[in-house]
Amino acid sequence: MAPGAASVRDTDWDGVRLHVVTGKGGTGKTTVAAALALALAGQGRRVLLAEVEGRQGISQTFDVAPLASIEARIAHASQGGEVFGLSVDAKAALLEYLHMYYKLGRAGGLLEKFGAIDFATTIAPGVRDVLLIGKVYEAVRRHREHKAKGPGAARAYDAVVLDAPPTGRVARFLNVNHEVADLARVGPIRTQADSITAMLTSPQTVVHVVTLLEEMPVQETVDAIAELRAVGMPVGGVVINQVRETILTPKALKTAARSAISREDVAADLTRVKVRATDAIVDGLLTEARDHAERVALEHEAALVIAGLRRPTYRLPSLSEGVDANGIRELAETLVAQGMA
Amino acid sequence: MAPVLDIEALIGDPQTRVIVCCGAGGVGKTTVAAALGLRAAESGRRVVVLTIDPARRLAQSLGLTTLDNTPRPVLGIDDTHGGSLDAMMLDMKRTFDEVVMAHAAPEKAEQILANPFYHAVSSSFAGTQEYMAMEKLGQLRLEADRDPDNPRWDLIVVDTPPSRSALDFLDAPKRLGSFLDGRFMRVLAAPAKVGGRAYLKVFTTGVNIVTTAMTKLLGGQMLTDVQTFVAALDTMFGGFRERADHTYALLSDSTTEFIVVAAPERDALREASYFVDRLDEEGMPLAGLVVNRVYRVSAPGLSAARALSAAEELEDQVGDSSGDSSDVSESAAITQALLRLHAVQAEIAGRHQALAKRFIAGHPDIPTVDVPAAPQDIHDLVGLRAIGEALAGQ
Repeated sequence: MAPGAASVRDTDWDGVRLHVVTGKGGTGKTTVAAALALALAGQGRRVLLAEVEGRQGISQTFDVAPLASIEARIAHASQGGEVFGLSVDAKAALLEYLHMYYKLGRAGGLLEKFGAIDFATTIAPGVRDVLLIGKVYEAVRRHREHKAKGPGAARAYDAVVLDAPPTGRVARFLNVNHEVADLARVGPIRTQADSITAMLTSPQTVVHVVTLLEEMPVQETVDAIAELRAVGMPVGGVVINQVRETILTPKALKTAARSAISREDVAADLTRVKVRATDAIVDGLLTEARDHAERVALEHEAALVIAGLRRPTYRLPSLSEGVDANGIRELAETLVAQGMA
Repeated sequence: MAPVLDIEALIGDPQTRVIVCCGAGGVGKTTVAAALGLRAAESGRRVVVLTIDPARRLAQSLGLTTLDNTPRPVLGIDDTHGGSLDAMMLDMKRTFDEVVMAHAAPEKAEQILANPFYHAVSSSFAGTQEYMAMEKLGQLRLEADRDPDNPRWDLIVVDTPPSRSALDFLDAPKRLGSFLDGRFMRVLAAPAKVGGRAYLKVFTTGVNIVTTAMTKLLGGQMLTDVQTFVAALDTMFGGFRERADHTYALLSDSTTEFIVVAAPERDALREASYFVDRLDEEGMPLAGLVVNRVYRVSAPGLSAARALSAAEELEDQVGDSSGDSSDVSESAAITQALLRLHAVQAEIAGRHQALAKRFIAGHPDIPTVDVPAAPQDIHDLVGLRAIGEALAGQ
């Protein structure tokens, strides 16, 4: 593929430059964001993976040194593709912002000294989020060469993946315009919020939601999608994480659910292969089967609710060895195979 | 072996007046808090559970259909031991409003409540939820102690907010306190307060530069709003600070116990480690760790490897004896599937155990208890009771 040429693969999100990934706590949104970044970096692309909550989830996922507020390469992908990591820090973002746009001189130092930086980044509502997303916004729009601008110039990153706050907070986090609306009616923070909103609500951005096949995460997914729609954010796909394989056939599941598997048959089968068919083991196996059937039925219900959302849906397997850097690659390949990247 | 967290002794001890459940998001903190509250109530305590953001069906099971910031009795509990259970969901903005109204003169309160900066702070400031959770805890404690002879509650169970960092709630009272007391607030309030005082001349020059810079950055309107807000809040400064300190003292009190909740996953346990260390640093009373949703097999006598090889053997045998009736091969197929299912689950259970063991090795003195994973989500009192039994090691 010639450098800079359009993708030859048809993916579900062609043309999207900012992928925001959210999900209920515990669903593995950082893992999915990492896998998506790796998947997008295939075919020699440059992708930035950013986190905004200072949790160092990205560096732990890739098993690299803690990330700072300077972008650092954290992984290689096929054909020279690269993933860069960034932990956006509101304070650093504000100081950088002030330095870039204002020659504040003495006032800059004073702002810090009087606690204004702390104020703006921790207390002033909305301002913190504007700064955090503002940094991501800047990375999305940045050009590879400093002076090169205009439609033909190469972007610094082919795509940016944002490991966003969890579902409960994401709509408010992304809706920066509303957050600062009452406070900053004019001024640079306002202008910045407007530009960010324009990008977030454009076809360049999608918000993906990560869930498990469990009741609560699915409910939060439904709620989050409604909230995102209400504030005009483009909803992307739903990623079902940690999908376990179904071992029993549908027929066996039905029998198990009714507790109608024959004890005697199972005991006889076990004896045939020289497993001691004690009551404890036979009953234990039957209990496990019934619990499993119950769980599968609930998962089925959850899957129906997700299907009702009518969004592109991706399924990632539960990794038996837990998630490490190799596991992330496996998940990235799965996402590519399913057309997410 | 790590010591076992004795939940029964904890909730049975009349000296335990507050239990704070904390941990990363998604580990089942709210469920554990509700189950603890229910178990304590059914053993005779008068309990109130303060939840922050319960899942809808769990909230319904507690009778929490409206968010009205007031504890409501939970119906359907077993009160034969003389206990009672109330539950409430935190309304952060309302709690903040109540603080303002309780501490400022009526017209000043009105001024504050109408201020756009106050609106933003009370509904979206990153630490407000944490601060208000602690504020509400303080209120509940006061209410509980109002009549020492006949306390409305003798145990408060608190679920902590799903924070950015799980520890935000520890810092929030201090942070809001120091913010309101801080130098920057004095700067913002300066035009109203320090104008014309000669000895503050240098200070005032600094103030002007800062004010100009802030105006540039935030726009003049915001600064004006902030200044009005600060000036209005000024009279409440002492109150806020005092309350924040009071709440912090309450948390480190000997009648308070912290329970850290984790799931048997790497990230959740890492967060739990961090939590345990931090509570220790702050001198907060840690009762122990609950590892929630631990996978257990029902046939522990059979190892994963043995189950797998037995399944393979069974497959071979059925393949060889094609003369078997279809009933036999169907039964063998089911048994085979049961064995494979067992192998997968035994492997998960083994991984959970290994993770928990690693945590325990790093924190050998922390009492721990496991709660097995239920096949279903918990959304009724029966489910909560079962969790309570597991917590008590039954």
